[in-house]
Amino acid sequence: MTASAQQLGAESTPAGTRVPTGEVSALPATPRPGALAGRAFVYWLAVYRRVWLGSAISSFLAPLLYLGAMGFGLGTLVNRSGGGIDGVPYAQFVAPGVLAATAMQTAAGESTYMVMGAVKWQRQYHAMLAGPLGPVDLVLGHAAYILVRITLACVAFTLVAAVLGALASPLAVVGLLVAILCGAAHGPVIMAFSARQENDGNFNLLFRFGIIPMFLFAGTFFPVDRLPAWIQPLAWVTPLWNGTTSVRQLTLGVPDWPAIAAHCAYLLAWVAVGLVLAFRSFRARLVT
Amino acid sequence: MTARTWAAPVARAIPIPAGAGMARMLVERNARSFKAFWPTIVSGFFEPVFYLFSLGVGLGTVVGDVDVGDGRTVPYAAFVAPALLASSAMNGAVFDTTGNVFFKLKYSRLYDSVLATPLGPRDVAVGEVTWAMVRGTAYSAAFLVVMALAHVVTSWWAVLTLPAAVLVGLAFAGVGMAATTYMRSWQDLDLVQLAVLPMFLFSATFYPLSTYPPSLQWVVQITPLYQGVTLVRDLALGTVGWTTLGNALYLVLLGLLGMGVAARRLERTLLS
Repeated sequence: MTASAQQLGAESTPAGTRVPTGEVSALPATPRPGALAGRAFVYWLAVYRRVWLGSAISSFLAPLLYLGAMGFGLGTLVNRSGGGIDGVPYAQFVAPGVLAATAMQTAAGESTYMVMGAVKWQRQYHAMLAGPLGPVDLVLGHAAYILVRITLACVAFTLVAAVLGALASPLAVVGLLVAILCGAAHGPVIMAFSARQENDGNFNLLFRFGIIPMFLFAGTFFPVDRLPAWIQPLAWVTPLWNGTTSVRQLTLGVPDWPAIAAHCAYLLAWVAVGLVLAFRSFRARLVT
Repeated sequence: MTARTWAAPVARAIPIPAGAGMARMLVERNARSFKAFWPTIVSGFFEPVFYLFSLGVGLGTVVGDVDVGDGRTVPYAAFVAPALLASSAMNGAVFDTTGNVFFKLKYSRLYDSVLATPLGPRDVAVGEVTWAMVRGTAYSAAFLVVMALAHVVTSWWAVLTLPAAVLVGLAFAGVGMAATTYMRSWQDLDLVQLAVLPMFLFSATFYPLSTYPPSLQWVVQITPLYQGVTLVRDLALGTVGWTTLGNALYLVLLGLLGMGVAARRLERTLLS
């Protein structure tokens, strides 16, 4: 991701160029906030059609490599020494974890450099605001595009995992939807953060102290109850753990529906709060 | 300085591309520039520690002990920690010599300025590789302290894991630098991940080589990360033999080859 960031930086608008903001959204003819989000969405989709190949490694290949190395390679050790995890073959345990984590990482990857780039480097947001679009349209349109990216990555992984026998139950289809929701829970709140950044230094910190620890400790590779007791509550509040736990119950075919409903409600709350924060931070950065 | 003591002889040992034996100037330049980025760089130390804690403590409970080949079994944390040390040396070296060097080569055009001074292309290659190794040594030393505190080193040979990790850094910095001179765009840099991630996951990092069918084992064994992981792990566990020297030699030769190729490429692309 750093690579594309620097690329964007290299093509950025020359310093000192002033882009008019604010005046347009104050016009009386401004449509209802959010009504034009589709236009921003179509823009991001058009960009993706040109660059999708470059993201194929991180979006599609990396999750499969993790499934292969951990699920099947390390799995031989896990299955030999303990008969899997609570009787579940390790590949079937890890696959839903990697699915939910892929959703999170896709969301995080797409909500950081691209958002700051659209604010500071390539300034697509300024271009959009010069038209009839407002900050709410920008957030919703970009978030919808990120949702498409999450969906593509999750669908691709689910198909291959199913072929490899790492999904035990047809309920994995519902699990796929929950995984997408898990990704969606991370997108808007990170967009809100990214829109306020002046440079990409904090993104390294976000990944190193947020995304990677969640990937490592929130139930992707082993049950959270194997961690020291004091650290477990930290895992429970992460959106990733809520997503992973639900997805795993579904792909293993042992759903506890009330618990899954509660986890999903929690994830939806992250979506809602994230969107409100993103509206605010886009308005603060781009309009006022 | 580290650079002063070894870089010049190494530089003289590579016959073809021109250099003034002044690679240390580039190292000093990077060290000065480094001060502006210290939060990013310091935070890089935490990543392998998180991995060690997650894999060693959490995953260790589901994996159990691992057979290390000579009839001995060790806790999973002791098995995986040396591999994380080697992998993090690889990642740091590759990150430094691909993305960072590419930016200096194509965008900030640092080397055009450098080559306008008495420094030659060989100095650029040796200087960047040296700098990557200096940084890598700092990371590795810190990680080794964490390993010792976590009681996952079982032998006094483990003291040598630090120079071993530096050799891993040398090998990958050399190769990374050479590869960068062939990159045309940032999209090409995505291909680096295509090499690094499979190596990280499949080079007997997380499970022993014997997990693979014999027909596949040699494919794993020829990868540089496998050589690095084996070197560091054998030292950390005290299972040292003559093959250990072979692993070290492989890494040194790869690093020298990479630097040589990188210097030649810089000579051709920037000085002709």
